[in-house]
Amino acid sequence: MEFKDYYKIMGVPRDASQDDIKRAYRKLARKYHPDVSKDPQAEVRFKELGEAYEVLKDPEKRVAYDRLGTNWKADQEFRPPPDWNAGFEFSQQGFTGADAAQFSEFFESLFGRSFRAEQARRGGETRGGPGGAFFHAPGEDRYAKIMIELEDSYHGATRTISLQVPEVDAEGHVSTREHKLNVVIPRGIRPRQYIRLAGKGAPGHGQGKAGDLYLEIEFRSHPIYRVDEHDVYLDLPVAPWEAALGATITAPTPEGMVDLKIPADSTTGRKLRLKGRGIPGKTPGDFYVVLRIVPPPAIDESDKAFYRSMAEQFKSFNPRAKLGVQA
Amino acid sequence: MSDENEYQKEASSLQPEQTVTIIDEQNALTLTEISHACAVQTGYIIELVDEGLITPEIATEEHEPHRWRFSGAQMRRVRTALRLQSDLGINLAGVALALQLLDEIENLQMRLNVQNNW
Repeated sequence: MEFKDYYKIMGVPRDASQDDIKRAYRKLARKYHPDVSKDPQAEVRFKELGEAYEVLKDPEKRVAYDRLGTNWKADQEFRPPPDWNAGFEFSQQGFTGADAAQFSEFFESLFGRSFRAEQARRGGETRGGPGGAFFHAPGEDRYAKIMIELEDSYHGATRTISLQVPEVDAEGHVSTREHKLNVVIPRGIRPRQYIRLAGKGAPGHGQGKAGDLYLEIEFRSHPIYRVDEHDVYLDLPVAPWEAALGATITAPTPEGMVDLKIPADSTTGRKLRLKGRGIPGKTPGDFYVVLRIVPPPAIDESDKAFYRSMAEQFKSFNPRAKLGVQA
Repeated sequence: MSDENEYQKEASSLQPEQTVTIIDEQNALTLTEISHACAVQTGYIIELVDEGLITPEIATEEHEPHRWRFSGAQMRRVRTALRLQSDLGINLAGVALALQLLDEIENLQMRLNVQNNW
């Protein structure tokens, strides 16, 4: 197990006051909150931070942690000294940590399993069965996010997803169990919509019925298409002569290739709409092709000669007229 | 079949799930459903509506919570609000402001993506 330097994680000196620690936590929590930050590391950082704060904000745990000494380095192989917490008694109140079931093995080795187990129970994911046989209640609903491809929404699909379900065993040890499920992705699903799988949440208590499973749909970013609600966009490169003279060209869509008429005198940024070719549905979205003019490179001498004659031909053309620059 | 059995089966032998519902306009959630799905009291949802943090899709009369219906987007807001409140210790008014700003950022980001920085 690796040693965790909670002071380093929070960016405070070892002699920081409790107020300093709180301020540092608030500041970093706002920065790395997964709902706020776009940083892919945000979630990991936020969890680490929550764990560090859990220890440092509580004077009892902090003193105990400090007793480990200052010789430990972050990520160093760690084994708690046998009597390290002798003489400490942790009052379990005030434990308001975010999701303690996610805390590290390091945390667990120091502050015991009961914290993690207690928290996982409170999280509602498992139940020891309070009230025994006379207690009937529907099981909790569960929630997860799944990533799908844009094409799945066009065609519908079946995906196997695996969810991590936390469990608490008789000794209070928390583990996660893999829960595999085949899910039909309905045609026409849009990003951020939810689908509900009735009865696939937590089992009911007593004779209560099982909860539901809600899946939030997220689209994996596509190499060529972009999605906005139910509309789909494609950047389409065109040659200058195709844009100037008009042309019929072939463009990809999630439903296959289509022939497309480019009107003469088109410019970069011109949007062509293919009505109803966006995400399918009762009111299907539209598919937009956004033109982007790509000039051919001037490689050899005859290419350059051609560009020079173009310059000659379009002598009065001033691309910077709108910027107030004289030709 | 019990859930326990289902968990232990290999994915390849699982039957496709047939009871999938999209939470859209036709299948919007009731007050009870959204509360259960977010593991909160109905009072909390009513508070969020009063604060203007979420808006029921169908609200025929001013205060008829049993007729309210909520979309998936509203549920997403409830979840974000819950996380922001518990993780950052901000009150509902603060959460409302944060959500509004996050929405704006998301819209701008979307436009940036669509225009691809031209």
